[in-house]
Amino acid sequence: MTDTSDTTSIRDAVSRQLPRRYRAELRFRAAGLAAVASAVGILVILLISILSQGLPAFTVNQLVLPVHLDRSVVDPEGDASEASLRRGAYSRVLQDAIRAEFPEVTARRDLRNLFGLYTPLNATRLMDDVLADPSLVGETYTFRMPIADDLDLYLKGRLVEDRTLATSGLLTISADGDALALNSSAPDFASLVEDAVATMRAEATALDARAERARNLAAELEGSDAEDALYEAERLSAQAQALREELAENDGRIELNRDLPTILVELSGVAVRLTALDANGRSASGEAMLGDAADISGAADWTLYVIDTPESRRRVSDQAIVWTRALEARGLVRTDFNTYLFSNADSREPELAGVKGALFGSILTMLIVICLSVPVGVFTAIYLEEYAPKNRLTDLIEVNINNLAAVPSIVFGLLGLAVFINAFGLPRSAPLVGGLVLSLMTLPTVIIASRAALKAVPQSIRQAALAVGASKTQSVFHHVLPLAAPGILTGSIIGLAQALGETAPLLMIGMVAFIADAPTLGLEGLTQPATVMPVQVFLWSDGAERAFEARTAAAILVLLALMIGFNALAIYLRRRFERRW
Amino acid sequence: MPDNQSHILDQNAGFGETEPPIKVAARDVCVAYDGKQALNHVSIDIPDRSVTAFIGPSGCGKSTFLRCLNRMNDTIEGARVTGSLKIDGAEVNDKSIDPVVLRASVGMVFQKPNPFPKSIYDNVAYGPRIHGLALSRNDLDGIVESSLKKAGLWEEVADRLNDPGTSLSGGQQQRLVIARAIAINPEVILMDEPCSALDPIATAKIEELIDELRENYCIIIVTHSMQQAARVSQRTAFFHMGTLVEFGRTEDIFTNPRDPRTQDYITGRFG
Repeated sequence: MTDTSDTTSIRDAVSRQLPRRYRAELRFRAAGLAAVASAVGILVILLISILSQGLPAFTVNQLVLPVHLDRSVVDPEGDASEASLRRGAYSRVLQDAIRAEFPEVTARRDLRNLFGLYTPLNATRLMDDVLADPSLVGETYTFRMPIADDLDLYLKGRLVEDRTLATSGLLTISADGDALALNSSAPDFASLVEDAVATMRAEATALDARAERARNLAAELEGSDAEDALYEAERLSAQAQALREELAENDGRIELNRDLPTILVELSGVAVRLTALDANGRSASGEAMLGDAADISGAADWTLYVIDTPESRRRVSDQAIVWTRALEARGLVRTDFNTYLFSNADSREPELAGVKGALFGSILTMLIVICLSVPVGVFTAIYLEEYAPKNRLTDLIEVNINNLAAVPSIVFGLLGLAVFINAFGLPRSAPLVGGLVLSLMTLPTVIIASRAALKAVPQSIRQAALAVGASKTQSVFHHVLPLAAPGILTGSIIGLAQALGETAPLLMIGMVAFIADAPTLGLEGLTQPATVMPVQVFLWSDGAERAFEARTAAAILVLLALMIGFNALAIYLRRRFERRW
Repeated sequence: MPDNQSHILDQNAGFGETEPPIKVAARDVCVAYDGKQALNHVSIDIPDRSVTAFIGPSGCGKSTFLRCLNRMNDTIEGARVTGSLKIDGAEVNDKSIDPVVLRASVGMVFQKPNPFPKSIYDNVAYGPRIHGLALSRNDLDGIVESSLKKAGLWEEVADRLNDPGTSLSGGQQQRLVIARAIAINPEVILMDEPCSALDPIATAKIEELIDELRENYCIIIVTHSMQQAARVSQRTAFFHMGTLVEFGRTEDIFTNPRDPRTQDYITGRFG
């Protein structure tokens, strides 16, 4: 009787606890799921942001210009020798080619702007083409060169806010003194007038609000500070007033300036920038930007192109945009895969900058790291785990190895500078030294991971090998090491991936630098100046030109691809080993 | 203690001329782990071509003594072995004897089946390979086949020699390990509780196998099962607290033990 009542009470107790236990489990599982979900979410956001920023850098807009390689210009000696070809005036060839597209441009300043459509560094590329194929001399050659970085961004729609408006009226343009008078048979400019008026009103209101704030500030302040604030308020009020008066004057005619959106009237071969809009929405004044616009009557096929970002707030001028659009309309702008990103080393000009130098530098550095840290690390681990006696000395070594893994990586850079460069006299900025430094940094990781993998091999395997008469070394290399190989491999790959993404230790040995030539992929490349992928990312992220922004993300993508390739290789090798054993 | 030892030796001497020759001769073997005595002055003569069982409660030193025979104690740090231990008159602990050579002639089977994570073929072929016993691939095939046949496993695995050894059942794995041990043709086979991880059917097969192998090898088996000792062995040694208490014919030990401790152990009063 007592037995049954005991059982019931135990059952009661257990079932009382049960809901709480299940709730605890549920909570734990929910927390785990939430952690995984947020990790995945953040990863996805990261990838999307990098991809959206970096993908545009994988295409490039190129000018495809027929260049005439006049013998007297590119071959000054006239003997077609390499020395002579190297002295050719290739920048003049390019300048002539672009001038041929816009013969009306003659003023010195305008010409300078025109030559700014591409970087002069392209002259060197043209020279390389000619040197590679001297038969081009005297011929007309279709040369592709990347358009200037800002215009590239403009063409990709990442630089300005713009829109194209359709028109319904017939356009007549006539000369009006220095300027041009534009008239449309329909109120095609009306919406632009409204926009401009609204913009100016909003501006005036904003100025008033700022003036009000300044006045309030003046009331709180005393002495000269109050006077200054009051003066500022008066100035702002006056500006607002001026804007309003401007709107009221001239029968509502609005003068356009660099602080207002640019409005371009475009018809075939002609572009006119509007300088003033009449309140009637049918007439306007303008200035010619492209082609001969002085005598046009009754043109039906014309559009209004509005760049909402004012000229004063962007890096490309209206004129450059007009030229670029003209070149595009003539089919001289081609969007290509950005081969420069992979065939070039770093450059000051973003459109010609590439990751080749950094990629090769990384590959060379990694080769050194693989060749040094993996064998040394694995054999150290084998010795410590399988052979070394357990005593104070080995304990000390073990503690020190574990501590080394926690040493900040820049310290290894200092060591590299002091030992490899100063004491051994190895060259600066070289993948050899970088590889040595990163090997030292990676060694503890490899040793610790390898020891853990060796430790995980069951003792019975060692005994089995010894019992059939295998020597210690045979038991280790025939049985223990193959079983530990997947773990060793994983640890080594983690170490290598860490080394691949490291920048700090390279700072000290001169690998964080602008290096415009890629090292050769070979033994001699080990001592040539080079940089590595993460350093390239770091340098570009610091670049002044906006086009470096996309290239930074693109370089990160290349680095990520490299890492994924690395890990895929590791997984493949792991699988292979696991299948065999 | 000396009295006790001579008594056991006397008992051995009484086996008579019909008995097989002595294979293993131990005198005053002591083992200490980190200074802690695990085995005290064990002296024993183990005959060839028979099965000798070591019985005794856990921690009595029987496995320790077994490991002395192929110097597996060398692999344990802090282990110290003293005394004289001769196999075929050659001193095992002599500096001139390489443990690798010794282990090639003294095979061992462990408590838990421990095949290498390789194919069945490679498991058996490993020993002959490292010792260079096979001159050709055909030789090696022959050794593998005959070893597996001797271990009674050939029928079951002949058509899947390339499967991993770990894919076999526990009993099969243990027979594979025995095949691996006999592939290098040892003179002595040590078995450390070979059936403790197996079910009764697999145990029966192993016992049958041991009985067959007895014709060619000197087999020493450590076991916790007194029935097993009675079934498979011709001689039984009873260890207790690191000393050899009694050694003699199995039927004598089980029917007519001389020492009260043996009596207590086999009747299940302790242990």
